[in-house]
Amino acid sequence: MAVPKIRTLHDAVAELIHDADTVAMEGFTHLIPFAAAHEVIRQGITDLTLVRMTPDVIYDQLIGAGLVKKLVFSWGGNPGVGSLHRFRDAVENGWPRPLEVDEHSHAGMANRYVAGASGLPFAVLRGYRGSEIASRTDTVSTVTCPFTGEELAAVAALNPDVTVIHAQQADREGNVQLWGLTGVQKEAALAAERVLVTVEEITDELRPRPGGVVLPSWAVTAVAEVPGGAHPSYAAGYSVRDNDFYQAWDAISRDRDTFRSWLDEHVFKGEHSFKGEHSRRTEEAAAR
Amino acid sequence: MTTTAPRTCDCTPDELMTVNAARALAGARTCFVGIGLPSTAANLARHTVRPDLVLIYESGTLGSKPTRLPLSIGDGELADTADAVVSVPEMFNYWLQAGRIDVGFLGAAQLDRYANINTTVVDRGPGKPQGRLPGAGGAPEIAANCGEVLIVLRHSIRNFVRRLDFTTTVGHGSGPGDRQRLGLRGKGPTVVITDLGVLRPDPATAELVLTELHPGVTVEQARAATGWELKTADAIGTTTAPTPAELAALRALKAA
Repeated sequence: MAVPKIRTLHDAVAELIHDADTVAMEGFTHLIPFAAAHEVIRQGITDLTLVRMTPDVIYDQLIGAGLVKKLVFSWGGNPGVGSLHRFRDAVENGWPRPLEVDEHSHAGMANRYVAGASGLPFAVLRGYRGSEIASRTDTVSTVTCPFTGEELAAVAALNPDVTVIHAQQADREGNVQLWGLTGVQKEAALAAERVLVTVEEITDELRPRPGGVVLPSWAVTAVAEVPGGAHPSYAAGYSVRDNDFYQAWDAISRDRDTFRSWLDEHVFKGEHSFKGEHSRRTEEAAAR
Repeated sequence: MTTTAPRTCDCTPDELMTVNAARALAGARTCFVGIGLPSTAANLARHTVRPDLVLIYESGTLGSKPTRLPLSIGDGELADTADAVVSVPEMFNYWLQAGRIDVGFLGAAQLDRYANINTTVVDRGPGKPQGRLPGAGGAPEIAANCGEVLIVLRHSIRNFVRRLDFTTTVGHGSGPGDRQRLGLRGKGPTVVITDLGVLRPDPATAELVLTELHPGVTVEQARAATGWELKTADAIGTTTAPTPAELAALRALKAA
């Protein structure tokens, strides 16, 4: 395996993510790698199959930018706010391009990552019983328990070409640590062929924290330092969730032209905005 | 849906619904909380009928004690105030699937007479594409594996439908015995709380029947807001009007 190294966000994305890749950008509300997604948009990496339990605003942006061919997911809303309008527009009207979906439940998606991380072809769960979801995907089936005879759901393993996550810290060797709500990131990272981690900061020494998830450098392909790279999601200890932005996204994303203008203004004009945003929010967090 | 009933308390239909939904948690120890109306009600229960209620959010928090209503299931305060924070696979496999959680608290976009839930797609008429909803999230396995399920949603013919456009989550399937046949281990939906009243499954038929109305609401209003021929209990009760303490607690939560 290649020696992990610290790269710029631009170079890490260019080297690890290619057209037509299957990409998982995980982070369950917390630690969502927005900056990396914006870099994908700036580089125009397209025909992607995107995997994520909760597509959230991050995939709404990638879908609206026209880079996504297929979405594998389990809950596609703007949490606490309403619809993801770019996602809906793509599914309902094929704008800016048709979007194929492979749809699951959260339990199914979580177990698909577990199978992928475990090197198994599928995972077993008590799920999907009586739901029509199973009838619309070829990645859910059933298996009979050889010990009890119980029929259980089987879900196909997820093995993304690339998993992208955001973490609080890495050291100079590329060992990574994240904490707080760590969601399904460990499984998503270990299920993938390549792993890109953006971090709030690179530190001289990584001190393991109780409850923290550590990914050793040899399990990570590339690390990029991107302070504030989860905004409008957050990084516990560094920033707070920008709920105002999630609420504002409803109006921004509802209209195609407003969305396009937003992309031009906030994504295509470069990554410098993240640092300013980060300092502002850190000051706010400290003030609370 | 406009409610023209005479006001017997100075509160909105949504407040009536939320206060009654919180009361339904009076006997619960642990509750798996969906975002939105269920989260509001479950947080209110911690401030009123059930201060020691263990709130569980699918982002991985066991025993969250937020001081204000979270916007998302992953707001930082849910983790900061939790007894434990676990990964998402652990949450769904060890805690939910293993049957450790008493009550699952869900919302819905469409609900049918057997309390089955659609949150996936809705038909919008001939020639029009189906309307896209968020999808399943945790609901199918929450409804399957929690000891019982409470549902809260606003009462309208748009939500209370004769036939779901898509079955995302099974309540009582097509009637008695279906949950056992499907291997769904919990009791399934035991109560549906709306802004007009309360529905519960008939023990014999598993069909939702109207058992209580909020003060000032009539049976005719509930029937007009239901897409199937709504059956009523032999004796329909009236919910107790929200107390000043309940309303104050709810408004404080919302204002925080």
